[in-house]
Amino acid sequence: MIRLSAVDLSIAAGLIVILAILTVRMQLGMTRSLLVASARTTVQLLLLGLVLREVFAQQRLVWIGLMALVMLLAAGREVMARQERRLGGWWGFGVGTTSMFLSSFAVALLALLAMVGPTPWYDPQYAIPLLGMLLGNTMNGIALALDRLTDSTWEQREMIEQRLMLGSTRGEAIGTIRRASIRSGMIPIVNAMAAAGIVSLPGMMTGQILAGAPPMEAVKYQILIMFLIASGSGFGTVAAVALASRRLFDDRHRLRLDRLRGGRVTSG
Amino acid sequence: MSRLRVVGLRFRGFGPFDLAVEAGGCLGLFGPSGAGKSLMLRAIADLDPHEGEVFLDDTPASTLEGPAWRRRVGLLPAESRWWTDRVGAQFPAGGRDWLDPLGLPADALDWEIRRLSTGERQRFALARLLGNRPEALLLDEPTSSLDPENVERMERVLHGYREETGAALVWVSHDRGQLERVADTRRLVRDGRLHDLEAAMG
Repeated sequence: MIRLSAVDLSIAAGLIVILAILTVRMQLGMTRSLLVASARTTVQLLLLGLVLREVFAQQRLVWIGLMALVMLLAAGREVMARQERRLGGWWGFGVGTTSMFLSSFAVALLALLAMVGPTPWYDPQYAIPLLGMLLGNTMNGIALALDRLTDSTWEQREMIEQRLMLGSTRGEAIGTIRRASIRSGMIPIVNAMAAAGIVSLPGMMTGQILAGAPPMEAVKYQILIMFLIASGSGFGTVAAVALASRRLFDDRHRLRLDRLRGGRVTSG
Repeated sequence: MSRLRVVGLRFRGFGPFDLAVEAGGCLGLFGPSGAGKSLMLRAIADLDPHEGEVFLDDTPASTLEGPAWRRRVGLLPAESRWWTDRVGAQFPAGGRDWLDPLGLPADALDWEIRRLSTGERQRFALARLLGNRPEALLLDEPTSSLDPENVERMERVLHGYREETGAALVWVSHDRGQLERVADTRRLVRDGRLHDLEAAMG
């Protein structure tokens, strides 16, 4: 594998600087966020590299567990931050995080024990990237689905209540929205699978090939990962939408929008 | 035949309210906007959290599941909502019987919701609600968007319904003359309390 030098990275960073100058000229109003994001990428990934170096060297289950926990909590925070309206209190964080924990960790565990089978089973070289990819994609699906769920429920509150008035249960009253939300959470991964290899070269496979893996081996891994990601984010999305939509109603089947926080401050 | 009784009902800073409507009776509620009339109907239908208890005969609302209660205590909101493109798709079987008395043709179930006038929607909404055969009816300005001919139709249908089924009606209206026609007792909702309408306003 060809190693990158600081000079190589600096040339790439030069492109970002040129892009930043362009955004100033065009008054796009995003120069600052572009530069901050680039800086964050550098710092966060370097830190991750240091941590991974230690975790790989130690091979201790405790450290891997701790790292998995940090990743999970960060993903949970991200899910919450991406929703315009979210459940108040513990639920805003808990629904997404619980669903990601259930789906991502279960699928990652199954993959490590039953499919990839490294020794020890928690070998960080396999466990961490696997969990990372699963969490990242599940997070996307859940964030999209929950945002759709809370937003549509808010928009269609009068229709939902009209159905309740006529004697519908909470499940009947929100059924259409619930199905649409689950669909919107699953669409990205379904599209990604459909386009894989024709329109897009999946990142993991590309990485393995760059690192010198034989293409067919990289392809098999990519297929495995795609299936894992699709099921992980599918199950996670279904769980998150079920939990959140249940929380939008109380035991008397009343729509409880007072449990939502936030909303658009400005239009558009 | 069901009697509707409300005991110590409190919601969003309003109340406590106590009221009773005999089986087959109609209570008229009158009062300024913002007095909590619509919120009171929502609380009775158990759509909003509230304190106090509502009884249908001797059955407290809290002993039934929410949806079962709302099928028995039907709320007709001031503005009805629809969730399909055509009227028929969301119509209970029993609702059809009420189309003709409300002046709607039999093929009306094929009509598109978005092409209905406000008044037509209001009449469809009542037919849809009566299709559940509710034992009590909570009516929030049911005739506000109707022309005089249809106001009369709706009043006649509702009168017939309570005569026939013994349902208890609570009728909110801004039209005092209408309440004098349709209700046997009338109350003024003001300052979070119920007053006798005739005594308070003469």
